[in-house]
Amino acid sequence: MAETVTLTIDGRQIHAAQGEILLWVALDNDIYIPHLCADREEEHPTASCRLCFVEVEGRPAPVPACTLPVTEGLVVKTRSPQVDGLVAAGFELIMSNHRLDCKNCSANGNCELQRIAKTRKLRLKPKNLPVLDKNLPVDDSATTFAYDPNKCVLCGQCIRACRRSGNGTLGFARRGYLRVVTTFGDMPLGESNCTECGACVKVCPVGALAKK
Amino acid sequence: MKITEEEKKIAIETTRQLLSTYNDSRGNLIPVLQQVQNKLGYVPAVAMEEAAAHFNVPAVDVYGVITFYNQFRLTPPGKNQVKICMGTACHMRGAHIIQESWERRLNIKMGETTEDREYSLERVACVGCCTMAPVVLINEEVHGKITPTRVDGLIFAHQLDKQKAKEGAAQDE
Repeated sequence: MAETVTLTIDGRQIHAAQGEILLWVALDNDIYIPHLCADREEEHPTASCRLCFVEVEGRPAPVPACTLPVTEGLVVKTRSPQVDGLVAAGFELIMSNHRLDCKNCSANGNCELQRIAKTRKLRLKPKNLPVLDKNLPVDDSATTFAYDPNKCVLCGQCIRACRRSGNGTLGFARRGYLRVVTTFGDMPLGESNCTECGACVKVCPVGALAKK
Repeated sequence: MKITEEEKKIAIETTRQLLSTYNDSRGNLIPVLQQVQNKLGYVPAVAMEEAAAHFNVPAVDVYGVITFYNQFRLTPPGKNQVKICMGTACHMRGAHIIQESWERRLNIKMGETTEDREYSLERVACVGCCTMAPVVLINEEVHGKITPTRVDGLIFAHQLDKQKAKEGAAQDE
């Protein structure tokens, strides 16, 4: 069995197995750290959403919680002016090209973005950045679910779920602002090798992939 | 852009031949794709599928690599390759307007080829003659100070040349 270590998160003493990732330790102990791209089953975190920053005592700058293995005597703060600033900036960037349509969105009430905004007192609509709508067509060629790339936050959860279920239909394509989650040759899902297992719909933290 | 069965067959054969000299280490993916493009002038979907099977990755991953890098083409190049300079000087002097007039005149988007394979459109970073901005390269020929009307003129001149060559060939016979 792995060695047990004691660490402090927000003044609370917590016991965890040595080497476990801080983000999961915190979440398992009901301490919420915003996160989108983190995946428990993944060996190497992508750390691409830049939302799970925490302050670690002895480190000059905040670090993403999804890449930090816990060690004995670790002292962590999930909130600090620096962390809040980073999370607010990251969140605003994500929201600047996310189509806001909560009223008609199937993820309304169960959306990770709404949860982050609520817990960190952030606004869903960016204040300092313009909202850019990519205006990409919604793919509803599959019979059981629809994919709206305009709502996608590029966390990659659906891609990993798709690979685990054995199809590997979904993947990232293009670069920079044009980056999208798509299929081989941008084929509609209904015409691709998708078996409509629904694994991607289950893990989508926003309303980009939604049941019909 | 339609690709004929013949072209598909050639693409598959070429890719297989190239793949046979590489092991399935993923570091070889980009070199293989580059060589496919060297041989065929573009990377067709069938070649991507062959490569994906060889390297044991989902086909969409190969597609992701191809669309990530500017060097790869997804469509066969046309007989006349039109390259629009998008360098700083050309950009400032309205290269995107020139781009739009080409797209409208040829009825294709950037990176595509016309149905008759006569023209293909591409954008390049800088061709190195910024004083002549905005610049367009047709094959290796440089055309400076381009305006939308000159785009029309260039296409018209090309068509005239083609017609003349055709008539000349007919007279020779």
